[in-house]
Amino acid sequence: MASKVIANTRTAAGLTTGKLAIWWLLGSEIVIFGGLLGSYIMHRLGHPEWANYAVHTNVWAGGLNTFILLTSSLFAVLAHQAAEHGDGPKAAKLLFATFCGGLGFLCVKTFEWSNEIAHGYTITANTFWSFYYTAAGIHGLHVIIGMSIMLFIAYNANKGKDLHRVELVGLYWHFVDIVWIFLFPLLYIAK
Amino acid sequence: MAEQAHAHGDHGDHTSHYVKIWGALLVLFLISVIGPIFEIPALTLITAFGVACVKAFLVMKYFMHLDAELKLVWYILAGSLVLMFVFFFGTAADVRNHEGSRWVNVAAQAEVARGMAAGDGHHGEHGGGHEEGGHATEEGHGAEGEHGGTHEAPNGGH
Repeated sequence: MASKVIANTRTAAGLTTGKLAIWWLLGSEIVIFGGLLGSYIMHRLGHPEWANYAVHTNVWAGGLNTFILLTSSLFAVLAHQAAEHGDGPKAAKLLFATFCGGLGFLCVKTFEWSNEIAHGYTITANTFWSFYYTAAGIHGLHVIIGMSIMLFIAYNANKGKDLHRVELVGLYWHFVDIVWIFLFPLLYIAK
Repeated sequence: MAEQAHAHGDHGDHTSHYVKIWGALLVLFLISVIGPIFEIPALTLITAFGVACVKAFLVMKYFMHLDAELKLVWYILAGSLVLMFVFFFGTAADVRNHEGSRWVNVAAQAEVARGMAAGDGHHGEHGGGHEEGGHATEEGHGAEGEHGGTHEAPNGGH
């Protein structure tokens, strides 16, 4: 091991430090997204008129993005498997495929939002659209952060370095996928 | 390197297994999209949110390998979930309801009335954003939202 790695030492808990950190991160993310989605749900239950607003969300764009994220999660877990086998270049390729999934997700999101904003459904239109852009926006930000980290890890993995990180970024990506799994019915299906 | 990457003992090729899980996730996704076509609210609830829970379970179990993790990880995640539910159930009753025995949230009621009157919902009103600011008081005041008026969004009429 050429580089000094500190995130793969074992903690007293029996987990590697990197893995313990990622689980703590995801625990805090649950509170962030849980609070956001919980707020949306309780407002939605108190505002029947939101059903009228929700009919304008593009279920096809949301559906395509669901497909993209589910597929990218498959690539992420396959990258993890490749890393476990010690195959850095393969893990890097699969991480890059996951990255491309994130890029596709953002492209669809850009098209979707452009169309909605052009029709006047902006973040200030009403509380529903405020929630819509806030929830999807924070999720999109997580996608961008995940993609950035993934590129860095893929670069190192390609050289066979720090393969344990492939699993860690994969865990993060799966969580981002799970958040979308709940956002999709809330914003696109419940009309 | 092996020490780093080996988290789960079994290092066989599980590609086909993961692809099957992915296939199951796609089938569930299709069910969630098709569900609302029948226009049965209870069915939509199941196909949308019930299926979402199943999908999340599959991702956690098979992609995140959560069942192979230490109990500590479960405690971390469960603790976060408990916090989330405390927040939800602690505030949901006040947010959902717009009036109680000694208070009325006039702004929220006005927002609902405006939204329902607008029909297709495109006539977005800015008053909605004032809802929390317009806390309901015993006298039923404090509703800036009342003055929010009905501001048509650009290109109104959709």
